[in-house]
Amino acid sequence: MSGTNAWLPLAVLATSLVAAVGIFLLREHRHGLRTVFNLTAALLKLALVVWMALGVLDGMHYELRHSLFEGIDFVLRADMLGMMFAGLSSLLWLFTTIYAIGYLENAPNRSRFFGFFSLCVASTVGIALAGNLFTFFLFYELLTLSTYPLVVHRGTEKALRAGRIYLIYTLGGGAVLLLGLALLASLVGEPAFDAGATVQALEDVDPTLLTTIFVLLVAGLGVKAALIPLHGWLPTAMVAPAPVSALLHAVAVVKAGAFGIARVVYDVYGIEFAWQLGLLEPLAWLACATILFGSIRALAQTDLKRRLAFSTVSQVSYVILGIALFGPVGTAGGLVHLLHQGLMKITLFFCAGNYAETLGVHRIDELDGAGRRMPATSVAFTVGAFGMIGVPPLAGFVTKWYLGIGALDAGMAWVVAVLIASSLLNAAYFLPILHRIWFRPQRGEWPDEQYKQHRDTHPLLLAPALVTAGFSVGAGLLAGMPFSPLYWAEVVILREYLP
Amino acid sequence: MTVQPATANLLAWLVMLPLAAAVLTMLLPLRLRAAASLVLLAPMTLLALMLGAALATHGPFVLALGGWATPLGIALQADGPAVGMTLLTVAISVPCAIHAAAYLRGHAEAEYFWALFWFLWASLNTIWMSTDIFNLYVGIELLGLAAVGLVALRGDAEALAAAMRYLLAALLGSLAYLIGVALLYGGHGSLSLAHLAQTDHAQATTAVALAAMSLGLALKTALFPLHAWLPPAHGGALTPVSALLSALVIKASFFIMLRLWFALAPPGLSTAATLLGLLGAFAVFWGGWKALRQSRLKHLVAYSTVAQIGYLFLFFPLAIGTGEAAARLAWDGTMLMLISHALAKAAMFLAAGNLILAIGSPRIADLAGIGRYRQFSLLSFGIAGVGIMGLPPSGGFGAKWLLMQSALAGGGWLWVAVLIGGGLLSAAYVFKVFRHAFIEGPKRDRFEDPPAALEITALVLALVSLMIGLAAHGPLTWLRLGTPFGVSE
Repeated sequence: MSGTNAWLPLAVLATSLVAAVGIFLLREHRHGLRTVFNLTAALLKLALVVWMALGVLDGMHYELRHSLFEGIDFVLRADMLGMMFAGLSSLLWLFTTIYAIGYLENAPNRSRFFGFFSLCVASTVGIALAGNLFTFFLFYELLTLSTYPLVVHRGTEKALRAGRIYLIYTLGGGAVLLLGLALLASLVGEPAFDAGATVQALEDVDPTLLTTIFVLLVAGLGVKAALIPLHGWLPTAMVAPAPVSALLHAVAVVKAGAFGIARVVYDVYGIEFAWQLGLLEPLAWLACATILFGSIRALAQTDLKRRLAFSTVSQVSYVILGIALFGPVGTAGGLVHLLHQGLMKITLFFCAGNYAETLGVHRIDELDGAGRRMPATSVAFTVGAFGMIGVPPLAGFVTKWYLGIGALDAGMAWVVAVLIASSLLNAAYFLPILHRIWFRPQRGEWPDEQYKQHRDTHPLLLAPALVTAGFSVGAGLLAGMPFSPLYWAEVVILREYLP
Repeated sequence: MTVQPATANLLAWLVMLPLAAAVLTMLLPLRLRAAASLVLLAPMTLLALMLGAALATHGPFVLALGGWATPLGIALQADGPAVGMTLLTVAISVPCAIHAAAYLRGHAEAEYFWALFWFLWASLNTIWMSTDIFNLYVGIELLGLAAVGLVALRGDAEALAAAMRYLLAALLGSLAYLIGVALLYGGHGSLSLAHLAQTDHAQATTAVALAAMSLGLALKTALFPLHAWLPPAHGGALTPVSALLSALVIKASFFIMLRLWFALAPPGLSTAATLLGLLGAFAVFWGGWKALRQSRLKHLVAYSTVAQIGYLFLFFPLAIGTGEAAARLAWDGTMLMLISHALAKAAMFLAAGNLILAIGSPRIADLAGIGRYRQFSLLSFGIAGVGIMGLPPSGGFGAKWLLMQSALAGGGWLWVAVLIGGGLLSAAYVFKVFRHAFIEGPKRDRFEDPPAALEITALVLALVSLMIGLAAHGPLTWLRLGTPFGVSE
């Protein structure tokens, strides 16, 4: 194995780590230099990830191994599934960084914010590139630690309370995950990602023990993936600034949970073995319950960001549902939604942040007539909302189509009913918002209007929202083209699950 | 085993040099003491590194002082644990000394700090390298006196009361230990650990002696419920003193306990071992709970030490009466826990001291608003906190992982629960500090600015405690040299 192949994963990780250290060392008022650090790191990382992803597509192997203890290695490796997640997070990181620079203009504590922001993305990429479950856990916990200062960023009583709740959930989940991991390691040594070969090779192991470990792992990961009843932190964490919400909901945190469950099912247990153990059907039930619960709770919310938060609870479980459907089509639906949900949800949060920053609007009933004041933002929001509902040809439709076919393939026709119900609920909580934005006249003054000189809002806030909205249209329209999210999901399946 | 005399003499130098430094700093005029001490850090570091290199090339070796072999003469040994601890002492003492030099500038009461500091170092090195139980007694007695003197340095009523309490505990502990020494010498006619290891352990004398010595050492290590002297002493001392005491001093008595149990533990002592483990478990929860309830920052950190000591004592039930693999993992985990706690706790005390300097108050509630102004100290505190909470990638996490694997290999579910529950509790008290520090509001916007030397020493220690978790494989292999867990050479 040549040197570059081992160092490339490390370089991808290091770009944001180095940026984080550099930003921490900068004095608070060095805004220009900090922006340079941020954008250089984001672009460099994206370039490296794309390069590595193309390499993986060509059959290259990138692996870095370092012995931590006897029998446990720290492994960074690039495989298709990991590259999918790394690609998503480094792409969205770029846009979130641009957005955050605009959003936090003139705000205090920017050094701390961007330092931990970079650390957060370093952890996410670490999660994507982790080559065994132990390494995954290292970065998973690091993600918890690096997001806490972002959640409490505003330093208000409410933010600190949200931070406390966030920690209780995530550290508690981390402890459960650690227990499952330790049990697994005591059976197999290094918990490798090898499509279940190690676990299946175990002899004389009580299947109940394997089931227990699976339940512990999924419960620990389910906290970040916001599976019910472990979702409570997500709506509370809405007090954080909008770029942090984008990070929590689209780029990093909930995705880390969903991605972790994918790793456990596909790479630790192997999907066939998990199916044989009877673990997947309960997981599918749980995912469906979360989908419906999140949508129903979203209906009742009057605060825009809280409605979006419950919508995330619901949408992330599409990914889990896809993972739990035994069969290549269902898997495709789940994996592709990992990317689609990220693109659409980040658009929605960017837009919600724009409404709040530009007009001071937080509640849904204050949005009346916002489409006339902020047309571009509102178009982006509409694209995101239609995507979530699953209107063809947007990204969300592709997901739901594949999930539905996958469910029929897996012999779980009832899932289709859940998908239809959920789409109706999605429509029920998104369409009234769109109606208010486009068809209601403005009611009096905006609560707190800023950026009056701009037709819509600050360009640094507007551009990322428009670009990600464009991506969600593209991901749906061009789903059949090479390098679309669906293409990647299919390559993952061909490479790793259908030998 | 046979090495050049010059190499073996390294052991003697590592004890003699700090002793000479102690005398020198007492004789020098006040203003030169800190400077002389800082200069002497360099040869101490060099000697310790040379010792490490000698262990790496030759394996464990022994120096018979004055040419008399044991059991007649006194010997010093360089096995894995001894050399490891000597290096750890350097890693902690050097930053603490640099910190102290800046911290004590203008403190008249610090007249004797440097002499006591060097005495402390000499007695620590004696303890790490000793091969007989009487030499260990001398070491622990000197260590106790130096530590009590350091606690009393601040000179106010609270510090003196804490020092008196500490003195009492230290003396009682030494007394119990000395009774054990007398019993063993009477029973077996030898003081050497190596000889005692070959005697018949089933004798009642051995058991009684081991019990008395363990009790005394547990008191000196502040194992629950014998911990009451620790929080006022560690929490109330000058900041660099708190760091040295929590990082190294309590580890010395624990280290002696390990040496004794290796040499003397009769087979079938698992009940006593379980008892020690249970006390450790109580310490984890009681110390963590009390830490959470503290309103003063350094006392919170001190109670955290009470909790973390508990993890060390899990070694006994994990290693005794279980399989070979479990015992080996327990040893690795305990050594890593000892090292990373020393580094993280020293960093945490230094960072806490810097925060206290910045807010001008020992109270946690007064940290409100500091998040915007003194990020550096907070960052050091946080990185050290990662190690204390046992979250990855810190050494504390690695230690917990190894201990957990040991417990699972031996079927000890209770210990797994202690490790996980204790971690969550420590997260609660570490984040309590941040919950106050991150408050934004109109409270205040002016804080004192601690000198850079104070900030940098804290951050360096914190970073080392974090990175040691990723670089533990080599050190752990070395620490097994010359122990029952090592590969024989």
